[in-house]
Amino acid sequence: MSTIKEKKVVLGSYTAGSGLKAAFAMKPQEVIQLLIDSGLRGRGGAGFPTGLKWRFAANQKEPVKTVICNADEGEPGTFKDRVLLTEHIEKVLEGMIIAGYATGAAEGFIYLRGEYAFMLPVLESEIEKFNSKKLPFSFKISVRMGAGAYVCGEEFALIESMNGNRGEPRNKPPFPVQKGYLEKPTLVNNVETFATVSHILVNGADWFAQLGTDKSKGTKLFSISGDVQRPGVYEFELGVRLSDILEFVGAENTKSVQVGGFSGVNVAKDQFDRPIAFGELPPGGSIIVFNKDRNMLKVLKNILEFFEEESCGQCTPCREGSYQLLKGLEMIEKGEKSVRYYKELVTLCEVMKDSAKCGLGQSVPNPFLSIIENFKDEILYR
Amino acid sequence: MSEMIKVNIDGIDVEVESGSTVLSACEKAGVKVPVLCHHPDLNVAGVCRICLVEIEGVGALQASCAYPVTQPMKIKTKTDRVRKARRVNLDLILAEHYGDCYTCSRNGNCELRKLADEYGVDKFRFPHVQAPRYKKDTKSFSIIRDQDKCIHCKRCIRTCIDMQKVNVYETANKGHAVEIQVALNKSIADVVCINCGQCVNRCPTGALWTQDVSDQVWEDIENPDLFVIMQTAPSPRAAIGEEFGYAPGTRVTKRLNAAMRRAGFDRVLDTNFAADLTIMEEGTELLERLHKAIVLKDKKVKIPMFTSCSPGWVKFIEHYYPDYLDHLSSCKSPQQMYGAIIKTYYAEKIGVDPSKIRTVALMPCSAKKYECNRPEMCDSGYRDVDYGLTTREMAMMLKEAGLHLADMPLEEFDPVLGEGSGAGMIFGATGGVMEAAIRTVYELVTGRPVPFERLNIMPVRGMEAIKDATLKLENVKEEYKWLEGVELKVAVAHGTANAKILMEQLIEGKLDYHFIEIMACPGGCLGGGGQPIPTTPEIRLARAKAIYQEDEDIVIRKSHENPLIIKLYNEFLGKPGSHKAHDLLHTHYTKRGRYFVKD
Repeated sequence: MSTIKEKKVVLGSYTAGSGLKAAFAMKPQEVIQLLIDSGLRGRGGAGFPTGLKWRFAANQKEPVKTVICNADEGEPGTFKDRVLLTEHIEKVLEGMIIAGYATGAAEGFIYLRGEYAFMLPVLESEIEKFNSKKLPFSFKISVRMGAGAYVCGEEFALIESMNGNRGEPRNKPPFPVQKGYLEKPTLVNNVETFATVSHILVNGADWFAQLGTDKSKGTKLFSISGDVQRPGVYEFELGVRLSDILEFVGAENTKSVQVGGFSGVNVAKDQFDRPIAFGELPPGGSIIVFNKDRNMLKVLKNILEFFEEESCGQCTPCREGSYQLLKGLEMIEKGEKSVRYYKELVTLCEVMKDSAKCGLGQSVPNPFLSIIENFKDEILYR
Repeated sequence: MSEMIKVNIDGIDVEVESGSTVLSACEKAGVKVPVLCHHPDLNVAGVCRICLVEIEGVGALQASCAYPVTQPMKIKTKTDRVRKARRVNLDLILAEHYGDCYTCSRNGNCELRKLADEYGVDKFRFPHVQAPRYKKDTKSFSIIRDQDKCIHCKRCIRTCIDMQKVNVYETANKGHAVEIQVALNKSIADVVCINCGQCVNRCPTGALWTQDVSDQVWEDIENPDLFVIMQTAPSPRAAIGEEFGYAPGTRVTKRLNAAMRRAGFDRVLDTNFAADLTIMEEGTELLERLHKAIVLKDKKVKIPMFTSCSPGWVKFIEHYYPDYLDHLSSCKSPQQMYGAIIKTYYAEKIGVDPSKIRTVALMPCSAKKYECNRPEMCDSGYRDVDYGLTTREMAMMLKEAGLHLADMPLEEFDPVLGEGSGAGMIFGATGGVMEAAIRTVYELVTGRPVPFERLNIMPVRGMEAIKDATLKLENVKEEYKWLEGVELKVAVAHGTANAKILMEQLIEGKLDYHFIEIMACPGGCLGGGGQPIPTTPEIRLARAKAIYQEDEDIVIRKSHENPLIIKLYNEFLGKPGSHKAHDLLHTHYTKRGRYFVKD
């Protein structure tokens, strides 16, 4: 039997308006302090401390600011935001309004994944309810549609897309909180981050901070798919062991698990007892399970094909590197290159990690290196 | 001035202004960091990932061209980590770059090849492209594109969209399938390209080039039945030395004259003469327009009048502001005026059948190739100018003929229509046409030379984006009494982005100038798309200096005092603005589409 329990925090019950009520009873800087005290880190994957990000945004002198909810949920194997947007939308919208209140923004946008267009009618009618509410400050929310590019989940690519430009990451610094949407300070947070904020406002920083581990507070949503009996969206405390999750969702004969989506790492059996937390197995929330029947060469090629196509294509290491990794793998598979060529590809991976312009290109080596390292015999020495 | 910040680069301490890039800090420290997508004229891209450096406390390597210095930092530029990343990224670019170096237009002057040479590329680390994937786009009279050599640095896009505001290029597709495309994947010839060639000047490889007509010129030189006349503009003379190893700004006019004669041109003429002619016609047109507007209160006459010497600018306004073509002076450019005069008056003078004459114009400009092929440019009864040759192509022809400028004696232009005044000379720099025009118009109206020391009208000189000046007309001659007390307001803009600013002001009714000079290229003709590569802000300044020096050395510095001009009017044209002058020296313009060419 499983040793862990699901936690219903972000997915738990919530009285509509309670987060707003709690927030408006405080000063904006108190809201930010509360988030800092809670230890909440961004739920999009990178894990930047949310309170700090809000403080940076609040401290910007430019009076026009924007809040963006990143709902471009494109990481393969991730579908938690979809649940929040369809079943818990009030938490998300309230979180955005609280962010506007705390940082001094007057406008909020939900940047919605192109493939989620079906949500639009319901989403817009929900938003309309909030927009017509009387708030102690002026704040309006609207939806902007993505058009299917994976890279637009990267915050600057998302902003560029909203600016009417090609969705491509920009050089940092300056960061979006300094110069983002329409070149004004812009706070971008993940859907789950906003939903979590609403709960923290209601229940307090301590309540949240006692969940999870020292460095990774709170709970996290996990999208679990692949060779399991009960795929779906689950909520666990951070620090949960992968093995416990696998047991919980009924994974059998598991060969390896892709943790953190395609841009995360592949974990083999001997590592299953590692916790999922910042600094450990990446807590991006996507868990894809492969059982003994899966061909890991095929898996890896599928992942690389994805990146080769979804790179925005502007910087050399990502555009050409992703392609060369895929091509190199295929050449080794066909015997056109010897196994020694793998060494060149490892070097390429180091350079991609070290020199790509954004997180996309820097992450492509993660699945490549970890899958090959875990399955050398299966992939290289066949 | 903003705060100064201490930066340590490879052990060398420098102080730079807050907000400057790490790259500029490296330059200040005398540490060379290789660049590829970076260009001093362009917005930052940070896409090639060649100028990488290690910044202490920052996790990954950073593109020095894009990283701002906002706090004290320690930077390393040549660690193992940096060198490995740089080399692998170069390897990646080379793997996708297809084309034979020895047949490339940029053979010997390719930035990619230079980087491969200097930064340790020793093998094809990754499998590379072995066969062409694209068809070359050679349809345009001016610009040729070989996409197989494109390395996606986006310099052309940034040039065309940010710098020139023309918008021909775009990034299409994503991932490895990314391509730099001409809008809607059309040929350059079929879109709004103004042929300015600024993209060519900034392309680091041979992906962009100009339509080279030198082989046809050679054939005509070789043909005993043909009489081939060269006319040379001032800007190529101030720049062609760079192709032969001289420092930018070295004046080589007389050596070039000798070299071109040895190459086989039957006559070598100075386009400055036609520049003077342009001033006569354009100055007259300006006064006529002012007379109609001020005295006759003619509502149809358009003020301000814009110059029309820059074929890039002409095509820009034809595409983007087709309803404002009446503001353009009807004067042809000096190149085209000269062509029409050579095949009429001059042909008669030298007793050569104009059908046997071929006129070649050495220009700093890729748009001149398009201009001489415009269907209306046949007023002499023949094609007025047969070939537009860029500075680069001329240099190549001379090299092919073994004619190196250093070996050449100093020779003058051919007489009769040979030399222009200094006023024509300064056409090559932004503000030059304006200065020349003011020198003449002011004196025509007042009978006195312009009230500037040594005739140098400094307010319209220099590289400022938009310059303006006001000149009060007082104590005018009797026939210009209607101009007494009028403040002549003029403006000068270079680069079509700046032209666009003025046009938008015109549309909003905010422009109260009488006369505006616009050149499509930054710095004016001396920064033209046919000039030697590279062209940078410093190089443009050096070329401008050469042009203004040559102006000062010339005895006659006012177009209307050029005795040959006076002779031409006396013997042939009558007076400026005459019927004959209009037939030969003036033109009309075409309304074109906002997206595509309409001829």
